[in-house]
Parts: sequence; structure tokens; C-alpha cells
Amino acid sequence: MKNIILNINKAFDHRIRLGIMSVLMVNESADFTTLKELLGATDGNLASHTKALEKVDFIKVEKQFIGRKPNTKYIATNLGKMEFIKHIEALEKLIKNK
Amino acid sequence: MSQEDYLRDISEIKTLMNKSSRFISLSGLSGILAGIYALIGAAFAYWLVCNSGREYLILDGTVFRLIILDLIIITVLSIGTAIFLTTKKAKKNNEKIWDSLTKRLLTSFIVPLLAGGIYIIIILNNQKYGQTGALMLLFYGLALLNASKYTLGDIKYLGYTQIVLGLISALYPGYGFWFWVIGFGFMHIIYGAIMYFKYDKK
Repeated sequence: MKNIILNINKAFDHRIRLGIMSVLMVNESADFTTLKELLGATDGNLASHTKALEKVDFIKVEKQFIGRKPNTKYIATNLGKMEFIKHIEALEKLIKNK
Repeated sequence: MSQEDYLRDISEIKTLMNKSSRFISLSGLSGILAGIYALIGAAFAYWLVCNSGREYLILDGTVFRLIILDLIIITVLSIGTAIFLTTKKAKKNNEKIWDSLTKRLLTSFIVPLLAGGIYIIIILNNQKYGQTGALMLLFYGLALLNASKYTLGDIKYLGYTQIVLGLISALYPGYGFWFWVIGFGFMHIIYGAIMYFKYDKK
């Protein structure tokens, strides 16, 4: 039981963060607006959660201009992907064990 | 967090992964209609050739030009119907019709199809007609297979079916027409119906 809890990652312990990672797992990248619409989050909410994931190097941020509009793209890092898989496996085990 | 919370998390992860990477508003009805157009078009082409006094086609006769026109009409009608019904369904599902996902879907579909189309025109210009039906099936199947990554997975099986039909058709050059009828006509109707009952009727 201790092992299972160990693999539950605190960094993912919020539905918005979990959502961001889920989207980035199956897409090469996603921009801010796409994530916002998919997750139904507000600007500030999404910004703080992406920042938290960026801090632990689970996602990468690329800022660029499309025409004159700034565009922020998020990409999952290899570390983030690995941690996410571990987290999901731990969740599944937790549910099965009970 | 309780077990229910974790379960809800996991199901939400699944929906997000699907919603963000697959376009799910493809209309099954448009597949059925495309198959029907193909059958009507094929019947018309068959009638034309039977009444032309010759058993086979030559490249620059009126009959050939009419058949090309027939093909163009089938294609335009099928694509038009697909766009119309899919847009309608996407609106109902509250999905966006033109985002980065549909762009990826369309490029992965159109690139193999266009390459095949150009290749077919080139070999038609070299007076090689026997493989046209087979090549159309083959490239269409590959295009479907390629696009299936970004939409409902069932399209993949339609792709495989068309590829297999195309290859068999290549072995029997004289029967290209009939394989075309099976692939573009009947298979579209069958797969369209399966998709319709599986996804649209809910």
C-alpha cells in the first residue's frame, strides 16, 4: 500500500493539471486557448496550473508570435510523460486494491 | 481523495484524450449517401459503355468524357454531403469544425489521395487503363488509414477493406469496374450504416 501512495504524484493532484497532461500526452502540443476551451478553465486558473507544471519540468512552454498575436504553446516533456504514466498506474492500482 | 474521485479523474482523462485528439463528429449518414451516389454513378457508366457499341473504353471518346464527368459529379456530391452533414453534427455536439485537429485530419487524408489522383492521371495519359479502379481503391484506402489516427477508429477498417479490394482488383484487371462498385458503393453503405447506428443514433 505504501508503494502505491508513493507513486501518486502531488504535482498532478488537481483536475486541471491532470487535464493539461492528458491533452499533452496525445497531442504534440496544445496552445493556451485550446487548453482553456477543453478544460473549461479561466485564464488565471490555467496560467497558474501550467506554471506549476512548468516549474517541475513536466511541460515545456514555447512562446511565439502568429502574425502580431502572441501564442503560447505547451509541450509535455519526457519526464512529464513518464511521471504521468506512473501516476495513472498508481491510480488504477489504488482503485483495484480497494 | 476517495475512490469515486479517482474514478472520476480517470474517466475525465479518457474523455479529454479522445476529445482533444480525435474529431468525433464524422457523419455516418454521409457515408451511406456517398455509397448510393457511387452506385448510381456506376450504373450510369455501365449503361453508357453498354450503349456505346464497344465493349471497352477508349481515352478520347465522348463516352470516356461522360464517364469522367460522372466521376467528378459523384466526388463533388459525396464531399459536399459529407461537409454538410458533418458540420451539422459538429454544431449539435458543440464541436469546432475548423481547428488544428480538423486541419491535421484533412491533411493526413488529402495528401495520399492527391498523390494517388495525380498518379492515376499520369498513367491514364500513358494509355494504361486496366489498373485505374485498383489504384483508386488502393490510394483511397491508404488515405483513410492515414486519417483514422485523428477520427473515429472504425474508419481504419474501411481503409483496410479498400486496400485489400484494390490489391485483389489489381490481380484481375478486367473486373476493375466491379471492384470499384463493391469498394466505393457497397462498402461505403455498409460502413456508413455501422457508424450511423454506433454513433449517430444515440
